[in-house]
Amino acid sequence: MAQAKAKKLGVVEKKLVGVADVVITAAERSKDPALAIPVRSLANINFNAKRGIIEMGKRKQARTFFNVGMAKKFMQTVLVADALAELQRADLTTSLREIYYRTKHTMKGSHENTFDGQNESDPLIEDLEVTLAALREELHVRAENAGSIVGPVVLADDGDRVDCARLGKGGYSVPSIVEPEFIQIRRCTADFVLLVEKGTQWNRLSEDKFWRRYNCVLLTGNGQPPRGVRRLARRLHEEYEIPVYVLVDNDPWGYYIYSVVKQGSINLAFESERMAIPKAKFIGLSSSDADTYGLPRNVGIKLNDKDIGRAKELLRYRWFEKKPWQEEIKRMLASGLKYELDALANKDFRYLTKTYLPRKLREEDWLD
Amino acid sequence: MATELAKTVTAVEMGARQREISVSEFFTKNRHLLGFDNPRKALLTCVKEAVDNALDASEEAGILPDVVVKVDVVPTNGSPPPPASQATRFRVTVTDNGPGIVRQQIPPIFAKLLYGSKFHRLRMSRGQQGIGISAAGMYAQLTTGKPVQIISRTSARSAANFFEVSIDTKKNEPRIFESKKIDWEHPRGTQVTLEIEGRYQKGRASVDEYLEQAAIANPHVKLVYLTPESETREYPRTIQELPPQPKEIKPHPYGIEFGMLLRMLHDSKSHSLAGFLAGDFSRVSPALAAEISKSAKLSPNARPRNVHGEDAEALYKAIQATRIMAPPSNCLSPIGEKSILHGLYKQIKGDFYTAVTRPPAVYRGNPFVIEAGLAFGKGPEQAAATADAPAVPLAEGEQHGDDSELARVIRYANRVPLLYQQSACATFKAVLETAWKNYGIAQSRGALPAGPLVIFVHMASVWVPFTSESKEAIADYDEIRKEIKLALQECGRRLGVFLRRRERAKTEFRRRNIFELYIEEVVEACARLKGGKLPKEKLKGQLHKIAMKRTGGVRTDEILGRNGGPEGLPHSIIVTLEGTEGAAPELPSAVTSDVAPQEEPPVEIDEPTAAPKTKGKGKTKAAKRKKR
Repeated sequence: MAQAKAKKLGVVEKKLVGVADVVITAAERSKDPALAIPVRSLANINFNAKRGIIEMGKRKQARTFFNVGMAKKFMQTVLVADALAELQRADLTTSLREIYYRTKHTMKGSHENTFDGQNESDPLIEDLEVTLAALREELHVRAENAGSIVGPVVLADDGDRVDCARLGKGGYSVPSIVEPEFIQIRRCTADFVLLVEKGTQWNRLSEDKFWRRYNCVLLTGNGQPPRGVRRLARRLHEEYEIPVYVLVDNDPWGYYIYSVVKQGSINLAFESERMAIPKAKFIGLSSSDADTYGLPRNVGIKLNDKDIGRAKELLRYRWFEKKPWQEEIKRMLASGLKYELDALANKDFRYLTKTYLPRKLREEDWLD
Repeated sequence: MATELAKTVTAVEMGARQREISVSEFFTKNRHLLGFDNPRKALLTCVKEAVDNALDASEEAGILPDVVVKVDVVPTNGSPPPPASQATRFRVTVTDNGPGIVRQQIPPIFAKLLYGSKFHRLRMSRGQQGIGISAAGMYAQLTTGKPVQIISRTSARSAANFFEVSIDTKKNEPRIFESKKIDWEHPRGTQVTLEIEGRYQKGRASVDEYLEQAAIANPHVKLVYLTPESETREYPRTIQELPPQPKEIKPHPYGIEFGMLLRMLHDSKSHSLAGFLAGDFSRVSPALAAEISKSAKLSPNARPRNVHGEDAEALYKAIQATRIMAPPSNCLSPIGEKSILHGLYKQIKGDFYTAVTRPPAVYRGNPFVIEAGLAFGKGPEQAAATADAPAVPLAEGEQHGDDSELARVIRYANRVPLLYQQSACATFKAVLETAWKNYGIAQSRGALPAGPLVIFVHMASVWVPFTSESKEAIADYDEIRKEIKLALQECGRRLGVFLRRRERAKTEFRRRNIFELYIEEVVEACARLKGGKLPKEKLKGQLHKIAMKRTGGVRTDEILGRNGGPEGLPHSIIVTLEGTEGAAPELPSAVTSDVAPQEEPPVEIDEPTAAPKTKGKGKTKAAKRKKR
């Protein structure tokens, strides 16, 4: 195991050293050094309907050194590659922010900083991920632990046994790297995974021991779920063949969160392969729930211009082309209202646990 | 009972109360109309009126003006004089080298309101109504009770006259306290001394600012200012010739109102209507006069005195309907682009100066000329200093401080600085309306443009339309505002050219620079990536070669070169650390005499003055301490 790991690290390091080789080879030939970076935008992704995931296209952009517009970015990319290689050699993991601090300094003989903010270094790490076809975990960069899990699952983390059924109502904080080399799933007896958008509802369900009663795993990513949470859901789904249900706010952003879990994101399309759960189901809130569950109009929020614009964009995405989805989104636009999960508390604090989810599950009322 | 009595006042009784109000009495009560609203402004107004008179008189007599302004603190009730900023009583003394005033005219000029030489003629001058200096005297009289002291001498052969006068406010007549012949050190000139209540405060709209701005617009004047804090400020003469004498003109027919026409008809010495039109107005030829009479259905031979009532009205309409050539503009004496440039260059530190004099235009029959100028930047020395200053790299969120100071507008009417009521002035409105963004200067909506910018606007006219008697703001006539905007746009265009040119040089420089900086970083990072097994110098050399090729190499040096010059930028000066481009004036070195300015041995430097220094020109200015 340890040997396999060491070998794999060597591969990533080699890829990073390749960045230096690009510069050296170009300089030998008196050519402008250029890195071919796959384009990460809507224009360069394909929806593979057969596999149900978003895949990255083939378009690449050349980032050249001797171009006033790109010179700084090129230099920064090389610096980030250097910092990442340093991590590989020392076998350490770190955060995006630490990479920023590690690479920030004043350039010799000037008052100019290599980086002025973290917003300059973050996209470069993603650029390197796609360019070198190395996952962020493989690059040893982790995000903050921004998710929680509770339920009948037993994990092994650094040799520690973590029984998620015995961690009280706080649960286990999902690390950002959950690849099998780091986290092993020892056992899972749940019938399904419920991925909740917001921490509030996850806490409610955890406090009410909903997972025990309905034998499920409760996951949350506090908003847009981070990679660790998505990857863990995918592994539970794949390794234990249990369905994944997604519970989000009824607004365009909720829909998009669901679609990211299901098909992958536009920005990180190259990760879909590993992250997407094409069989995930949308359990709520649906724009029809207001009627079905008798939510009063006054707990809705008027859609603003941004919401409407985003909803119209979603209507055009190929993975929202299915008729029920078109109806779902158009119904929201027609009503002009959005609903937060929190609005269910208008009926009762435990309405979600006691009425809403049980009925949804019983009626199998979800969207695919 | 009393109220009933009040009701039964008869017309006769009312008539008994009705009587003439003397102008002096009126102004005693309404002194704010003349610029004596508060002690600070009063001090300024006194200096201003005295200086205006001195300059007008000297110029008319064809003498290059030397003016000395002295403001002293007057101790009150015997105690030692307080510091200038605390003092409430000042003595203002203004001395000129003008033609002097003949003995019998001294009392009415200084102690009779509405007495002067300038009101009745259409000719450009600083003063207009003949109120200014006598109003200042009246203010002195009102606040300190001290009469105005005048010394005047018309030539070296005659003795100087000394007068102490004040106004009899009821009669608007001078009252003479003292009149004698004295010895005076100056061969010719006039000196006025006023003792007034006032306040001395520096900054905006102060005496200091007024004199500084006056020096900008009048580079042919040598001005010495002895401040109440006993400093000596000198504004040297940079133009050694007088501005051309403005000619006196007759009124233009478009410029007069109906009542005025009636009076002129009545007062005319001509015997025929045609003769009156052709003789008393400018730009009316005998043929045109006949045409006007014809279209008014009046006989060209009618006696002007007999044209009144409906006939006069028909005549007035006929004049308005006839096409008449614009009035002659030789009655105007614009400052001129060269002088404005010199004035700005002398007083304001900057990187770029430009000036525009518009061709004459007309409003309400009055010819006028608009001139505008710009001084941009902080001067190369200061710019270089700030560039060197941030020796520390910036932290996250920090930015290079581009201070958001707004432009300063300096306004003039007939060479007189206008310091108050900026926002009511046509010039200010025109500055706001000019789209400075087009010229690379930031400007928020409805605000002055931002940046180290001084905007100079001058209106020269035989009759400047002020919004009030205190002559603080130019009235907003469409024709005037349009001209100001045209002038500002031309200045702005030149500034834009300058800024773009400078920016281009900078980016070329930066282009080369970035690559050099980044190559260093990239090579270091590559060396680390390769585990230190990299011939760094070789890689660096290769990359430098590519960079050279990519940035045009030697060609870049040419673009960066100093051959950019102010081509395409007429009447402009560009100042860089290397020197100046364009017709920059040689700032006079410190010499104590006007007679022999050259071949003086280098004078020892006493203290640096406020005027900009031109590096590399070898001229060093030394402040002159002693006054002749």
